[in-house]
Order: sequence, then structure tokens, then C-alpha cells
Amino acid sequence: MSSSEVTAAAEPRPERIQPPVQPAAPRPSAALRRRRVPLRARLRRDWRMLVMITPGFLILLIFSYIPIAGNVIAFQDYNPYVGGNPLEALLHSEWIGFGQFQLLFEDPAFWHAFRNTLAIASFQLVFFFPLPIFLAVMLHNLLSSRLRGFIQTVVYLPHFFSWVLVISFFVAMLGGAGLLAQTMREAGLEPWNVMTNPDTFIILVTGEAIWKDVGWGTIVFLAALSTIDQDLYEAAASDGAGRWRRFWHITLPGLRSVIVLLLILRLGDALSIGFEQFLLQRDAVGRQASEVLDTFVYYFSIATGNYGYGAAAGLFKAAVGLVLILTANKVAHKLGERGIYSKS
Amino acid sequence: MTANLVHKPRPGRSLRPAWEEEPTRIGSSLKALVLSLIVLAVLFPLWAILVTSLSSRETISAAGGIVIIPKEFDPAAYTTIFAGGAVTRALWISTLITVIGTAVALTTTVLAAYGLSRPGLIGSRWLLVYFLLPFLIYPPLVPKYLVVTGLGLKDTIWALILPPAISVFNLVVVRGFFQGIPQELMESARLDGASDFRILGKIVLPLSKAVIAVVGLFYAVSYWNVWFDAVLFIDRNDMYPIQRVLQSYLLAGQAPHTSGAAAGVTMPPTEAVKMAVVVVTVAPIVAVYPFIQRQFVKGVLIGAVKG
Repeated sequence: MSSSEVTAAAEPRPERIQPPVQPAAPRPSAALRRRRVPLRARLRRDWRMLVMITPGFLILLIFSYIPIAGNVIAFQDYNPYVGGNPLEALLHSEWIGFGQFQLLFEDPAFWHAFRNTLAIASFQLVFFFPLPIFLAVMLHNLLSSRLRGFIQTVVYLPHFFSWVLVISFFVAMLGGAGLLAQTMREAGLEPWNVMTNPDTFIILVTGEAIWKDVGWGTIVFLAALSTIDQDLYEAAASDGAGRWRRFWHITLPGLRSVIVLLLILRLGDALSIGFEQFLLQRDAVGRQASEVLDTFVYYFSIATGNYGYGAAAGLFKAAVGLVLILTANKVAHKLGERGIYSKS
Repeated sequence: MTANLVHKPRPGRSLRPAWEEEPTRIGSSLKALVLSLIVLAVLFPLWAILVTSLSSRETISAAGGIVIIPKEFDPAAYTTIFAGGAVTRALWISTLITVIGTAVALTTTVLAAYGLSRPGLIGSRWLLVYFLLPFLIYPPLVPKYLVVTGLGLKDTIWALILPPAISVFNLVVVRGFFQGIPQELMESARLDGASDFRILGKIVLPLSKAVIAVVGLFYAVSYWNVWFDAVLFIDRNDMYPIQRVLQSYLLAGQAPHTSGAAAGVTMPPTEAVKMAVVVVTVAPIVAVYPFIQRQFVKGVLIGAVKG
């Protein structure tokens, strides 16, 4: 059997994972009611529900929407001291248009952080992103479900550790006073301390991210794997397709839409790589290697009081993220995938 | 429905399907090696840190820093950190933040999820967009900092509790679950004159214990893990949560604002004390983890699909 035939057999791709939630039963009455009942009566009927929504509404308003609107200080020479509170300060600060952005784009430190962010994000895309797929396939093919359950339990665990904990573990194992250094010293070797070496920092942070989240990343792929029709494998095997052939022509196409979806999301987040992770290690390896956009925003605004400048950098980051995610989504549509939202 | 999401063992578990070829010896031993290395990579550091925290000073210096094989059981490090210093205080503060935060966040989330799960609510479409949008747009750091400090929340536990008191992800999980509850139950209660508060308390909540527990634990873990918000909003070192104190013990000189003295550490802590702080920070998470692992997985999938 030629490979194109195997592909054809795999073509009817499994449906996307369905949400486990029962779709609300069709309620024709709801739509009808909506039109007939006047606003007053609906308010009388719904006021309790609106009260229930209020706390969450307010929290999002105060801590999400107002800060998002507060991005306007990126266009100001924001001076926190001209008013009694941030709002007054905002009203009294001078509007300077794109001045902050101009400064930002002329700031070599900013471009340095930008380059670092891109380099680390691409490095992680190449060396981290594929790993959960392979691990998921390995777990999926384990015959003993008890063993599989045990391994899953273990590998999901580090996801719940804070970055402080994760880096503490790495310091204890690989740091200057850690296990690796102590073993090397005993063996009469010159111990190397990866925790403070700027040259290998990109590998270190990727390793930390893998340790924390490689297991967690398998969850989505495992779910997708279990929707692949087993008969496809059997048919392909009886036609003589070997292990790798089946992986290439059945497993990977079956995972395609999930992979594309996660890639898009990852691209949208590409500029937000591990804030806490980098902040925690910035002093140990130095600014040259570890400054990313998020730490730049922190150090060049909140730590120094230069708020408008930091807001401009944050806004720039968000805009680039938006462009990245929209572009990736468009490419996905072109390739015939659904992406994160449908065109409709 | 739920069943096809959770990873299902393939049909004919523990039996290789007849059509599948026998694995080669190299292949299967390579696979066993890789999987055991992965498991070890997670468990070994936990083990080494636990053992070191329970070792005496002599054992630790003989080993050169980290002890792998336990020689004795010496709880001295734990009596030191529980004697009422920075660590004890931080543990209390983190417990307080976790308990109050989880209660507040669960209340907000459940109420909003119930309100948003009712069909035909006034403006429900706009409200839904309003509640889901923050999932895609993160609140920007600088304005968020100005808002929280402007409200006078700095150096209070509310600066750590309120901003994350509703997570869109958890809201989607709970709302989805509420929508799966048969509408007839609620309709009939409503016909009997029960208010929405009563329906939520008497019908919906008792049916949703499992999902509430899971989401509650999600919140609890994130409140226990809070670190960066404490860097931003907590300057007083007697208000530090545990992650901040752990940082000052383990990563002093690795991150901003950490001199040992700032956290109330007067003497350089011994290796055993450092490791004991790691253990008490990780212990609550490891303790609740086995009970919730499966549900976490379900929750993630709902989020992954909807998000």
C-alpha cells in the first residue's frame, strides 16, 4: 500500500474534542419570552441574578477593565505626584502623544529585552513545544493503565509548584552549592554552576519550563489521541504500514488541529514568557541574558517610578501579541484549520 | 460526555492488539529508560530535599550540601522554623490569604457562574463577553499597579486577594457545569415560588459539590503560590507570604528586594533549615494533589476546548 492511500484512510479526521458540558437543551420559550416580556418585568424577574453577578463584575471592572483603560498613560508624561490619587494624577498629567514610544524605540535596553524575548520564545518553541506530543504518544501506547496513571500523576505535579519553588529545586540540584556541583567536586572536577551562567541561561530556563510543564502539556494531546479511531491503526497495520508510518500518517494528522490551536495560543503569548521565572533569576545571571520585555516593564517603570514609559512598553508588547495571534490564526484558516475562532 | 474527554484506555487494555507488531527490545528498553528518567526527574529532587531537611549538620557537611541517603531523623530544622520567626509568620499569613482568598473567589465565581448560566437573562450576551474578554487581554502591569495602590490596598492582604478573585477560566468551568444541570429541576422550583438565591443554595450547590471542590482547590493553589503580587504590593516584611520568605532563604541575591535581613533572617540559615522551608512550602500542594489530580485534568480540558 502506498503512503498516499494510508493518508486517504486517515483523512476523515476525528472531530474536535467536544466540551463535556451538555449543550443547553433547546429552549424555544426563552427566545419568545425575550421579545414579549417588557424591560420592567424582566428587571423584576432578573434582579436577583444581576445582584449575583455584581461582585465578579466589579472585580473585573476594577482590576481588569480600568487598568486596560489606564493604558492611556502611555501617551502621557504621567506624573504620580500631581494629584492625590492615580486618577487625579492622570487628569493632571501632560499629554505627549507618542513621545514615550519614541523614547522606547530609541532605547537600546528595550531592543535588547525584545531580542532576548524573541530568542527565548523561539528556542522554547523548537525545544519545548514538541516534547509533550512525544510524551503523550508514549503514555498513550503504554499497555498497563496502572503504570500510565502513576506516571501521569507524577509528571503533572510540578505544574502546581510556584516558580519560586521550581527555581529553589534547581538551585538545590544544579546550583553552586547543589548536588551536581558537590558530585563534581567529589569527582575532582571543576564544578560548573549553570544557575549563574549567562551563556547557558536560555537552556536553563527552557529546562525549568520543561520540568514544570511538560507533563501538564500532555493532557490535551492525550485527550485528542483517545479520539483517534483505533480501526485506522488496525487497517493501516494490516496493509503493512509500520510503526513510524502509522505515527506519521494517522497519529500526527489526528493531532493536527490541536497542535495548530496550541501553536496559535503559544504565539500570542510569545512575548509573555515566564515573568516570575525571569524576575527571580535576573540578578543571578545578570541583565544581559535575562532581561525580557516583562522584566523590562517592571524595572524601567514600577521600580523607578517612570510609569508612562512602562505602560508604553506594556502596550507595545500587547499590540505585538495581538498581531502575532491574529496572523497565526489567519494562516491557520488558510491551511483549513479552525484556529481559535471561526470566521463566521 | 465527560468520559470521552478524560484519557480513555484503549480497548483491549493490557493486551497488545493482534495487529500490532511486537516491540523491539531496544525500542521498549529505550522507552522504559526515558519514562523512568522523567519520573525520577520529578521525584528525586523532592526526595533529596526532604532527606536533607531531616539531616543533622554533620551529615550535611559530610555529604557536601545535599544528602541523598538518610542517616538519621533530625527534626531540628523544623523546630527552628516553627519557633516563631519569619517562616512561622509567613506560613500564617499565607494560610490566611489562602483561606480568605479561596472563600472570596469561590463566592464571586459561583454567583457569577449561576447568574450567567440562566437563559434569557437581561443583556446576557453582553455580560458574557464582558466576563470572558479578560481571558484574552491581560490587565497591564503598570496601570494595575497604580489602581491597586491608588485604592490604598498596598501592604494589606487584600492587594493579594482581590485582583485574582475571579478567574475567567474557573468561571467557565463552573458555568459549564451549572448549564449541564437539568433545567426542569430549577423551573419547577421557580414555579413553586423559590427565589434564585434559594434555587442556588438548595438545588444547584448540592449537585455541584465536586466541581466546587476542584475550583476551590485551583484557587487555593494559586493563592498559596502568590509571589509576584507580593513583590509589587507588600513592602512590609512582616506581611510577607511564604513564597516571598522562601525566596529570601533560597534565592537571596537572585532576585529583587531580598537581603536576608529584610525577611528577618539574622543568621545565614543552615542548609537543613533552607530545605525545611522548601518542604513546608511544597507540602500543602503535595498533600492535596492526589485527591484532585483527575478533576484538574477535566477542568483543563474544558478550559482548553472553550478557550
